Amino acid sequence: MELVKVTIDGKTVSVPSDYTVIEAAAVAGIRIPQLCYHSELSKEGACRVCVVEIEGARAPGAACVYPVAEGMIVHTNTPKIRETRKAVVELLLANHPQDCLFCQKNTDCELQTIAAELGIREIPFKGETRKAELDDNNPSLVRDPNKCILCGRCIRACHERQGLDVYGYVNRGFSTIVEPAFSYGLDEVTCTYCGQCAAVCPTAAICEKDDTEKVFAALGNPDKYVIVQTAPAVRVALGEALGLPPGQVVTGKMVAALRKLGFDKVFDTDFTADLTIMEEGSEFLDRVTNGGVLPMITSCSPGWINFIEMKYPDLLPHLSTAKSPQGMFGALSKTFWPETQGIPVEKIFTVSIMPCTAKKAEAVRPQLQSNPGIPDVDAVLTTRELARMIKNMGIEFKDLPEEDYDSPLGTSTGAGVIFGATGGVMEAAVRTVYAILEGKELPGVQYTPVRGLQGIKEASVEVNVGGTPTTVKLAVAHTLSNAATLMDKVRAGEADYHFIEIMACPGGCIGGGGQPQPVNEEIRKQRMAALYSVDEAKTLRQSHMNPDVQKLYEDWLGKPLGEKSHHLLHTHYGVQEREL
Amino acid sequence: MALVRAHVLICTGTGCTASGAKNVLARFEDELKAKSLDKEVSLVETGCHGFCEGGPLVIIYPEGTFYTRVQPEDVAEIVETHLLKGRIVERLLYKVPLSEEEVPTYEEIPFYKKQHRLVLKNCGHINPDSLEEYIGADGYEGLAKVLLEMTPQQVVEEMKKTGLRGRGGGGFPTGMKWMFCAASPGPKKYVICNADEGDPGAFMDRSLLEGDPHAILEGMAICGYAIGADEGYIYCRAEYPLAIRRLKGAIAQAEEAGLLGENILGTGFNFTLHIKEGAGAFVCGEETALMASIEGKRGMPRPRPPFPAVKGLWEKPSNINNVETFANIPYIFRVGAEKYAELGTEKSKGTKVFALTGKINNTGLAEVPMGITMREIIFEIGGGIIDNKKFKAVQIGGPSGGCLPDSLLDTAIDYDSLIAAGAMMGSGGLVVMDETTCMVDVAKFFLNFTQAESCGKCTPCREGTKRMLEMLTAITEGRGEKGDIEKLEKLAVSIRAGALCALGQTAPNPILSTLRYFRDEYEAHIFDKKCPAGVCTALLDYTITDGCKGCGLCKKVCPVDAISGELKGLHNIDQSKCIKCGACQEKCPFKAIVRA
Repeated sequence: MELVKVTIDGKTVSVPSDYTVIEAAAVAGIRIPQLCYHSELSKEGACRVCVVEIEGARAPGAACVYPVAEGMIVHTNTPKIRETRKAVVELLLANHPQDCLFCQKNTDCELQTIAAELGIREIPFKGETRKAELDDNNPSLVRDPNKCILCGRCIRACHERQGLDVYGYVNRGFSTIVEPAFSYGLDEVTCTYCGQCAAVCPTAAICEKDDTEKVFAALGNPDKYVIVQTAPAVRVALGEALGLPPGQVVTGKMVAALRKLGFDKVFDTDFTADLTIMEEGSEFLDRVTNGGVLPMITSCSPGWINFIEMKYPDLLPHLSTAKSPQGMFGALSKTFWPETQGIPVEKIFTVSIMPCTAKKAEAVRPQLQSNPGIPDVDAVLTTRELARMIKNMGIEFKDLPEEDYDSPLGTSTGAGVIFGATGGVMEAAVRTVYAILEGKELPGVQYTPVRGLQGIKEASVEVNVGGTPTTVKLAVAHTLSNAATLMDKVRAGEADYHFIEIMACPGGCIGGGGQPQPVNEEIRKQRMAALYSVDEAKTLRQSHMNPDVQKLYEDWLGKPLGEKSHHLLHTHYGVQEREL
Repeated sequence: MALVRAHVLICTGTGCTASGAKNVLARFEDELKAKSLDKEVSLVETGCHGFCEGGPLVIIYPEGTFYTRVQPEDVAEIVETHLLKGRIVERLLYKVPLSEEEVPTYEEIPFYKKQHRLVLKNCGHINPDSLEEYIGADGYEGLAKVLLEMTPQQVVEEMKKTGLRGRGGGGFPTGMKWMFCAASPGPKKYVICNADEGDPGAFMDRSLLEGDPHAILEGMAICGYAIGADEGYIYCRAEYPLAIRRLKGAIAQAEEAGLLGENILGTGFNFTLHIKEGAGAFVCGEETALMASIEGKRGMPRPRPPFPAVKGLWEKPSNINNVETFANIPYIFRVGAEKYAELGTEKSKGTKVFALTGKINNTGLAEVPMGITMREIIFEIGGGIIDNKKFKAVQIGGPSGGCLPDSLLDTAIDYDSLIAAGAMMGSGGLVVMDETTCMVDVAKFFLNFTQAESCGKCTPCREGTKRMLEMLTAITEGRGEKGDIEKLEKLAVSIRAGALCALGQTAPNPILSTLRYFRDEYEAHIFDKKCPAGVCTALLDYTITDGCKGCGLCKKVCPVDAISGELKGLHNIDQSKCIKCGACQEKCPFKAIVRA
């Protein structure tokens, strides 16, 4: 790319000619306030908070969309610009509930931050404010259109990342609102509850449904035996919400915090991730050797499950019947655990800490009840909610000593932990399936061709299937728009893959809709690197080597795909019909 | 073609149709047949003449007699007296207001005398449904000349020489626009005609589309040749059904005749045209929103740069001009840039069509050379103020324009002087206001419009116009406070600086210009709680004066029983009950009730 010289506030920098002013300013070390701009979404230029003066231009321009040009001279802080920027934020605040102190996003809100930075002390305009209804008729997300500043990030995230169009601008002028068509609720449209909208929302207009009170209540109830499981991707992101830099592994502190919160048992979803590999890997081998439906597709990501049930129901037979790790853990927590510990199942309250908003909806699927009428998982908290609980309890997270998970459902291998990154399930599966087919471990343990943030990754492994040397073809996709690309190929019969891994969110669960904000590619990379570092630090890195998984099969479950596993660890899917 | 001895031109433009031209036409058909004149007298439906005030209009050639306000019952007399006996029906001639002088022909009436009808030349004079008539009026001569004798570069150069500036409001030099688009690389480009005319009271584009559709097509084809486009769109608001019908017909005729489509005039140049109907959003007149709308998206502007000339419709280089701009093109290439540039001022060439509305005698369309003064338009062409009231202001440039006071009546009208005066050319709407107009109320009216039509995308426009409207409403309802004017001014400046597109950037203009020229009216509303023009009802009091004879009619008509008084005694209005409906004043036979 050709370079151009741009002078911003007196500082001259050379930047690629396809940069916009905001990107060039970043290179110059100048931060321009922004609200509708998001580094990973298309540029809208709507909020006008980033207006700057460009010499020679007729009117001030939005730095986020204004393309640089050779010799351009930009001023980001003239009195006129400061006035305009302040007026824009005052106008936004004039139509925004003044309830910061008790807002879910208090201290974590981009609008609040900008208002503070610009030194806004009063709102000069008083008048009508938006009065729209709350949309909370689903288990995962709450939309409060009154807190929406119409930046359109959710519209773009849904469209560009997920290939869906749940949201759009409706009405004109002051009545403009962002919502699903015909004012439908999220439960009435093709929403997968992936939460990418919430992940990019600068205010509290789209949030995870807060279940912390439910969990506090259970913890405070002496008649409840409260079990918690923590998903792989939570341990590498939780620290960000508690004042630590991105990429920190906080597993031990998290376990300690959960004990302080009062959980009776602190277990790990990584354990059931290993178990998932045992079941899903065996299912894959069964399909390959016995002519089952191929390619087989992973079923861990609940946003993806909602997506295929709504958009590609004809491809449901491709889905692995294995429950997600959360689902498997839930089942064990309501069968194996009470049975072996002699606790009545009614006493048990199972909580999941997930990087994901769709997991909340997964937990209420009627298929996931090992005991009729009793959900396997009672409450799902996102990483953000756990961070809020930790703060609420006055726990000084940074200073906590590291503690270990409880046994046996807290034991895991490196294969379980990498589930949190795109390609991780596939790599874990390859490690185990290779070992089963070849009778020896995969050389070097790791299988790296499926790693990284490329949207769709393809790879293959040479193995012996029933004595025949076979090239097993693999594909990995993250985000639903990439998933749709693969599914169109599968539907058209143009995909000769054997095994496909799909994760609904960018980067996999590390970029999940329930993870701390802000998130961008750089942060996802740091979280991902942290996950792989956990894997590398483990002595046991293959799921089939998890001693407590082995013991569970020996003592209680039987064998993978056996009757008990079939009953407890596998599920079925159905078509979800939506009008829109 | 059969020879006829007379042509009866009946305007069936929207204005005349609204005042009953279709019935007049039907009656003519019957009468001519009844008198067996249908073979020797040709009945022609035409587009708009612009003199809508006098509609339905009927012009009879060869004399050029100009009949106004013709009703169906007048038709028999016109046929009998004029067409059979050769005598003019004087009672139907146009009469100059005040002097009552009758004016027999078109050219002589003051409304037309000062006009220079170059763009509107064919409107009202040819049958817009007839390609032959357009060609008969030198139509497609410009296109033929361009295709056969000029290179695209020469066409662009010629356009630059004309000095023509965009007639849609922005006033950007058209030749430059064409040059940028011609310079954009790429095999696929588009020509777009912005026919989403939406300013309240403006109908010049409508009249052109309805009255001379081929001129637009010819202008677009010439543009396509110049910039290297083989496809074009006319984005016309769906509220113009007649324009759309005529455009469709014209496109079909032109294609049939080889003037559009493949290999035009055997030159190898291809140009096809589509019509896209707009769904009624004012903001779709903004070029980037218009293109989004053609693409099937929500009509919302996007920031520029990149400009359409680089990245336009479907991300392809596109040139977008307004209807009136395109209507200038055929003439330009018939007569040449030099002759065209003789008209107008140094920086604003050619003519401009204005839509005259408001408190003016001759409402209608007038085409005048650039540089004419506002006074000439309003008092000579427009015939002055209705009822000889005092002129107060003229609002020019549509909802984003400004209000100019009488002190600026002698300003020469061109793009730059209007901007300097705090208004803008806009599409050419002129709303004339007299002493009974409240300027705060006017600002409120236009803000109400821009607020409702804001697309909602950018904060300053969406939220800011709402707050300005709320402040204006408060002022007109007597709730204005000290500091409101300064607050309004500050916000207006921020909106102008911060809004994304021209709609938002210019939305504060009605406020800024009225504050500039009529600040005292704002102050009267805020500090004295009075509306000097007597418009803002909340600030008015109805009182009964000594002239009251005690007839009791006011008491009877008052819907809220606010009036008390004995028969034959002085009556009184209870101000706390009065809702200021004005019914009492209307009813009082002694003019004893005053509003102040």
